[in-house]
Amino acid sequence: MRSLRLISLIPATALVLSLAACGGDDNDKNVTTPVAKPSFAAGTRMADILAAGKLTVGTKFDQPLFGLKGLSGKPEGFDVEIAKLIAAKLGISEDKITFVESVSANREPFLQQKKVDMVVATYTINDKRDKIVDFAGPYFVAGQDILVAKGNPKGITGPETLKGKKTCSVSGSTPAATVQEKYGLSTSELLLVDAYSKCRDALANGQVDAVTTDNVILSGYVSEAPDKFELLGKPFSQEPYGIGIPEGQEPFCDFINKVLKDAVADGSYEKAFKATAGKVIQTTPTLPEPHGCDK
Amino acid sequence: MNDVLDNLDVFVKGFRTTVSLTLLAAIGALLLGTLIATMRVSPVPPLRWAGAAYVRLVRNTPLTVVFFLVVFGLPEVDVKLPFFRFAVLALSIYTASFVAEAVRSGINSVPPGQAEASRSIGMTFGQTLRLVVLPQAFANIVPPLASVFIALLKNTSIASAFFVFEGVQSMNQLINAHGNAVLSIIAAAALGYLVLALVSAFLFSLLERAVSAGR
Repeated sequence: MRSLRLISLIPATALVLSLAACGGDDNDKNVTTPVAKPSFAAGTRMADILAAGKLTVGTKFDQPLFGLKGLSGKPEGFDVEIAKLIAAKLGISEDKITFVESVSANREPFLQQKKVDMVVATYTINDKRDKIVDFAGPYFVAGQDILVAKGNPKGITGPETLKGKKTCSVSGSTPAATVQEKYGLSTSELLLVDAYSKCRDALANGQVDAVTTDNVILSGYVSEAPDKFELLGKPFSQEPYGIGIPEGQEPFCDFINKVLKDAVADGSYEKAFKATAGKVIQTTPTLPEPHGCDK
Repeated sequence: MNDVLDNLDVFVKGFRTTVSLTLLAAIGALLLGTLIATMRVSPVPPLRWAGAAYVRLVRNTPLTVVFFLVVFGLPEVDVKLPFFRFAVLALSIYTASFVAEAVRSGINSVPPGQAEASRSIGMTFGQTLRLVVLPQAFANIVPPLASVFIALLKNTSIASAFFVFEGVQSMNQLINAHGNAVLSIIAAAALGYLVLALVSAFLFSLLERAVSAGR
């Protein structure tokens, strides 16, 4: 086993050497090409990752536009592209990234147990989570919105009009907690499932009156079936999506924030967005202010 | 741990639904399962075939698929019920196949002489079953039924994925609100199921003692 591993290193080393021979091509905008020869101060997380030659990323496998693992067997979406951008700047090529499914319940344990190097999984930054993990980014700000049947037969105009109606969301998600805590929906008014696609189907056959979650997800459903659904288009929350990393890795956090900033400057952020979530959301967002790594 | 104790009310609310799902589905499964077992031992061949087909079909279908068919299939034919009732229905349909097999084994364990004696004194098939065979059959199958119903208790967690706020959904809700205490919340939910299962096992052991004392 050991000898096999060594053998497999030979082509990788050759590749790194040949890339290095080309000279550092800083203008390369292709997000999939790793930086030829990044150098990091010894002992930093970045140097460790470069030395290990691989990156493990937790992402969602069931989130359209952000992290969706389809028939290709590889997760696709904006979260995945962001992870690739960061990997590239760490000198890790795409095929050396291992994507691990991170559902909402295992994101913190994965980071605490260092099973993953980072989590990019529509991971809303909040104080409680920030106590036990660190957040780089945010790289995107979503807003909670409401999806209703075409023509809005129940006359829903905003979250305060959801009382007495049936609203669907995903169990254990922030949007569900928001309508429950802020807008006082009871458990008989708020119906929860494990995946938004079930909410969509229940809305389509009239078993629920509304679906609520981040606008980006709902937009995807409208684009799939514009004759069935419509989006209110009035976001009532801010969900800053951050990149979760294990606690106490401030330099790594700063590094990621710089990668994001550079990616905006060289256009790779926009390219990544347009190839994924941008298919549904027309305007490319501007990069939000960093959350701050020293928290 | 504090995050669990502070939110005990959320857990209690969720697990209350778990208990009512279990109780209602247990009643449904017991009635339906006994009916199917009766069909399987009846003298009418088509009834026997139908009973056997039910067990084969339902017992070999994953519960999640049964849920999908009930929750998303029935509305297609305009059967629209509240989701809690859909969940009770799906769980009853599924568990009935296991109850039917347990009841059938109980019926088979009653010596044939019992049924023959009842028939010889002029009882009908229904009377034989109701007054002679089933009471003895049920006394014999308390332990396997206990296993079936404890499995049912845990199976109610599938309803969490189908619009019902029960134990697992209360866990999910707390996990989202307390990202700093995920493992203790999961452990608390596991403990919740364990306690309920142990309580049901205890009640069944009382029942077992009662029926054996009656003999």
